[in-house]
Amino acid sequence: MAKKIPQINASSMADISFLLLIFFLVTTSMDVNQGLARRLPAPVPPDQKVDDTEINKRNLLVVKINSLNQLMVQGQEMDVKQLKEEAKKFIANTDDLANYPKLYEEDFGAPFGVIRYTKEHVISVQNDVDTQYQAYLNVQNELVAAYNELRDECARKYFHVGFNELDEEWQKKIQKIYPQKISEAEPKNYGGN
Amino acid sequence: MPALNTSSLPDIIFMLLFFFMSVTSMKEVSYKVQFQNPQATELTKLEKKSLVRYIYVGTPTSEFRKQYGAETRIQLDDAFADKSEIGDYIVNERSAMKEQDQGLMIVSIKADKETRMGVISDIKQELRNAYALKISYAATQRTSY
Repeated sequence: MAKKIPQINASSMADISFLLLIFFLVTTSMDVNQGLARRLPAPVPPDQKVDDTEINKRNLLVVKINSLNQLMVQGQEMDVKQLKEEAKKFIANTDDLANYPKLYEEDFGAPFGVIRYTKEHVISVQNDVDTQYQAYLNVQNELVAAYNELRDECARKYFHVGFNELDEEWQKKIQKIYPQKISEAEPKNYGGN
Repeated sequence: MPALNTSSLPDIIFMLLFFFMSVTSMKEVSYKVQFQNPQATELTKLEKKSLVRYIYVGTPTSEFRKQYGAETRIQLDDAFADKSEIGDYIVNERSAMKEQDQGLMIVSIKADKETRMGVISDIKQELRNAYALKISYAATQRTSY
């Protein structure tokens, strides 16, 4: 006759797991880490002079933010909500306008064929020392959004799917057609008070 | 009255526990500065935790107000830091990483949305000089204007 094994008392199991649960609730946080990814330019060697006159004027879109978080694009006041459209017009320059960047023709191979694109455009963001971080980030966000939308439109035109669903190889091609060139000037004081 | 059968209670609690363990993340440090993330729409997730280092920027929390004042301060790891310490911090953290990961380091700037850009620009210059060029401005998803 087998000896009866006594049951382990498991009534405290609930308490133990409650403790664990509360510990995790306290030490963890719900928020996911996400952010606006950017790349900084490499530092300028100290013996090299900062030279910002070499870019042709038509290839340059200057976005200035003053200490009151007001926006000036190409010398004109603008609301941040219009910035994306303006940036898209500038980057694509579909109508080959003289005051927008110069277009270059290049064969990207199938399925793109020969594409005219603005190889040398640069968007320059300049801010004041007193600019609010949120205002600065709004501008950065709109500019990144302009690139993302253009890339997405390109992907839909040639592949009929969104940019994010494409293979890496094609994404790289499209990134070459719309290269992200947001330059951040060396910090200066613009005043504006 | 018969006793309520609670033998499945641990299982339920364990399920809850696992749910919370999978959806949350460990706090990196205890904050000495308070900040409210700015909002943006074009966000990317920081996938690999081990590659990310954080710089917190904000006003000291109420317990540190007396000692440090209400001016914007920078926090690295667990302590307040001066902007000149950022370079050393980055170099130290990078050399502690695995060699193949060193080029992939991302610095996440968690700054309060009211911060003045002067402070952020200083940090960016320090990061540039330390060759920490991949950065991420921590932000929350904006739902509307």
